[in-house]
Amino acid sequence: MGSDTAPLSLNVPEPGCRPGDTPDFSDFEIPRAGEVGRPDVDTDPDAIRDMAFSIVRVLNKEGEAVGDWAGALSVEELREGLRHMMTLRTFDARMQIAQRQGKTSFYMQHLGEEAVSCAFARALQPGDMNFPTYRQAGLLIASGYPMLTMMNQIYSNAEDPLAGRQLPIMYSSKEHGFFSISGNLGTQFVQSVGWAMASAISGDTKISTGWIGDGSTAENDFHAAMVFASTYKAPVVLNIVNNQWAISTFQGIARGGVGTFAARGHGFGIASLRVDGNDYLAVHAVAKWAAERARLGHGPTLIEHVTYRAGGHSTSDDPAAYRSKQEAAAWPLGDPIERLKQHLIKIGEWSEDRHAQAEAEILDTVISVQKEAEAVGTLTGGKAPSPRDMFEGVYETMPAHLIRQRQEAGF
Amino acid sequence: MAQMTMIEAIREAHDVAMAADDKVVVFGEDVGFFGGVFRCTAGLQEKYGKSRCFDAPINESGIVGTAIGMAAYGLKPVIEIQFADYVYPAYDQIVSEAARLRHRSNGDFTCPLVIRMPTGGGIFGGQTHSQSPEAIFTHVSGLKVVIPSNPRDAKGLLLAAIEDPDPVIFLEPKRLYNGPFDGHHDKPIESWKKHPQGDVPEGSEIIPLGKAHVQREGVDVTVLAYGTMVYVAEAAAAETGVDAEVIDLRTLMPLDLDTIVESVKKTGRCVVVHEATRTSGFGGELMSLVQEACFYHLEAPMIRVTGWDTPYPHAQEWEYFPGPGRVGEALRKVMED
Ligand SMILES: Cc1ncc(C[n+]2csc(CCOP(=O)(O)OP(=O)(O)O)c2C)c(N)n1
Ligand SMILES: [Mg+2]
Repeated sequence: MGSDTAPLSLNVPEPGCRPGDTPDFSDFEIPRAGEVGRPDVDTDPDAIRDMAFSIVRVLNKEGEAVGDWAGALSVEELREGLRHMMTLRTFDARMQIAQRQGKTSFYMQHLGEEAVSCAFARALQPGDMNFPTYRQAGLLIASGYPMLTMMNQIYSNAEDPLAGRQLPIMYSSKEHGFFSISGNLGTQFVQSVGWAMASAISGDTKISTGWIGDGSTAENDFHAAMVFASTYKAPVVLNIVNNQWAISTFQGIARGGVGTFAARGHGFGIASLRVDGNDYLAVHAVAKWAAERARLGHGPTLIEHVTYRAGGHSTSDDPAAYRSKQEAAAWPLGDPIERLKQHLIKIGEWSEDRHAQAEAEILDTVISVQKEAEAVGTLTGGKAPSPRDMFEGVYETMPAHLIRQRQEAGF
Repeated sequence: MAQMTMIEAIREAHDVAMAADDKVVVFGEDVGFFGGVFRCTAGLQEKYGKSRCFDAPINESGIVGTAIGMAAYGLKPVIEIQFADYVYPAYDQIVSEAARLRHRSNGDFTCPLVIRMPTGGGIFGGQTHSQSPEAIFTHVSGLKVVIPSNPRDAKGLLLAAIEDPDPVIFLEPKRLYNGPFDGHHDKPIESWKKHPQGDVPEGSEIIPLGKAHVQREGVDVTVLAYGTMVYVAEAAAAETGVDAEVIDLRTLMPLDLDTIVESVKKTGRCVVVHEATRTSGFGGELMSLVQEACFYHLEAPMIRVTGWDTPYPHAQEWEYFPGPGRVGEALRKVMED
């Protein structure tokens, strides 16, 4: 018997900082920009194992783009990227307020994480499919999906393409490579692998991307995705957005004893790396690398985007109860919009004035789109989807029992 | 006695059970430091320490699976699934494992476990924060299924569930967490603070599983309800003037058939109501049981009022939710025959 050994105790990981504590990121290792090199896209996963423990970064403190991963985007593209991120942030701010005003039930913003989905969208081609979570609306903004349609969905009004059925922000657009969002965490991650397998089975050249939050990597579907992607060498880019928090739970609870989320890929023989998620250039460069790798048949890549959720989890959440209010400001990777802006200024392609002007223009645009959406209706007023819509689309052809129920309901 | 919300009553039940028995452990997503997204476990980690109340990784099958291991060891896990809509990844662990452990090992291993989860609609939660999946649990042999409708019952029933030697699914109607709700969504929100059923006894008083509560006595028709629908049924009776006897089932498995049969034999009429979808819902089971036991006492065909057989919608919430209008119509109709 084990009676001559000391009593065991349960290990429950704790974050470094709770409300009232001073945030301290000093043991968070951040390599210099440009330090991590760019391997060939056909590199064997085994040869780049160290990339799962470092961070690909392009923009340095001075706002310069340095190293192997730099130079993939033109100045015009960078300015457009900045615009996408600013648009997403403004859109979020307006919708957050609209929810507070009671115009819709719920909202989730991207504050601090705009670079991840906005930059990634650029690395994809028409026909590719994203399997996003609720925090990748940048994929839509950056691929030209109309903001008006997004707002109509958020307001659940008569022009909502999802007919009022879905919670706000649970968009769907096949045309824009955006798979229908599920509220059930993790399910999309393994589905993205199936889509990629289908492309391979069909002899196409399309790829897919899976998206998941740090907390949700704990779900079984994450691990199922990894084994299928590994076995079938699926043409998929698997993205973990590590924004440090899963509602009130810090990333250490999902990560457990492994050094980084990216390192989870090693057990599956999947090429795995980390990227500075607040560095637009780095996210884009890494996305392009992984997309090319997938399209050329070299198999899946697991990317951990290291970022920080600067806002609340959703409009139902107040993070002051579980994390320090100073933590967002102390986050060492800075703000993605500010960093790209500084880079453009540094290379003489942008200025504070132009930035302020762009900000004002974007706000004007978002407000006028918002007025247009609200003229149709909001969740609490104006034109609503028909109650008939809730009976439609359960099946392709409405079965007799549903027709009876619809009649009973009087619609 | 103390006036409290259902959230506070649930929290207090945990507190009483944890103080009385150090085998009671509590965990789930956001349950530890923060005390749960609905705050039902607030303060427990601070009071009882991190090994008795802690945050779990987001993995429902892992939460239930580890809880089964703990229960088999001799602990009494009381675990939270953040929303009933997220229980499906854990379904295999619940159905194939927790529910059958006692039977398949012939008592060698048992599974005294409570799985709590917020259930039901009425909060504009869309299809993933509104479902009522009670029937997928009542269909499984070996599980008990409880659904309280007020703070007093929530505390007493949760204490009974924790004492129970078998796995208990404990469904908490989230629309009732802060106050009673009769389906009139345009009326001001009510609080438990002034409601007689918000008055909760102190200490460890148990409300036994398997006992229904007659919420409203009446002679015209028996209404079988649970959760939020108890208040909807009460409102429907008041508004139609039909003298309905509203029975709050409180426990669906085991079911208090005696109270049901006694009432239906008295009234001769029966309406069954639930928020969950209709087909293969628990209402079908209730109607079969009443038919088997009371056929010759029935003066009219039974009627059920339920959610429609569609995913729970967002914008059309009040067209979906079986409110007092629909229940009232059923009361009138059942009185016509
Ligand atoms: C299967 C399932 N379990 C639980 C939830 C409740 N829930 C919604 S978001 C969330 C946290 C997710 O955190 P993370 O994966 O890190 O993503 P983030 O919100 O940080 O982007 C939880 C627990 C859910 N939606 N689905
Ligand atoms: Mg997260």
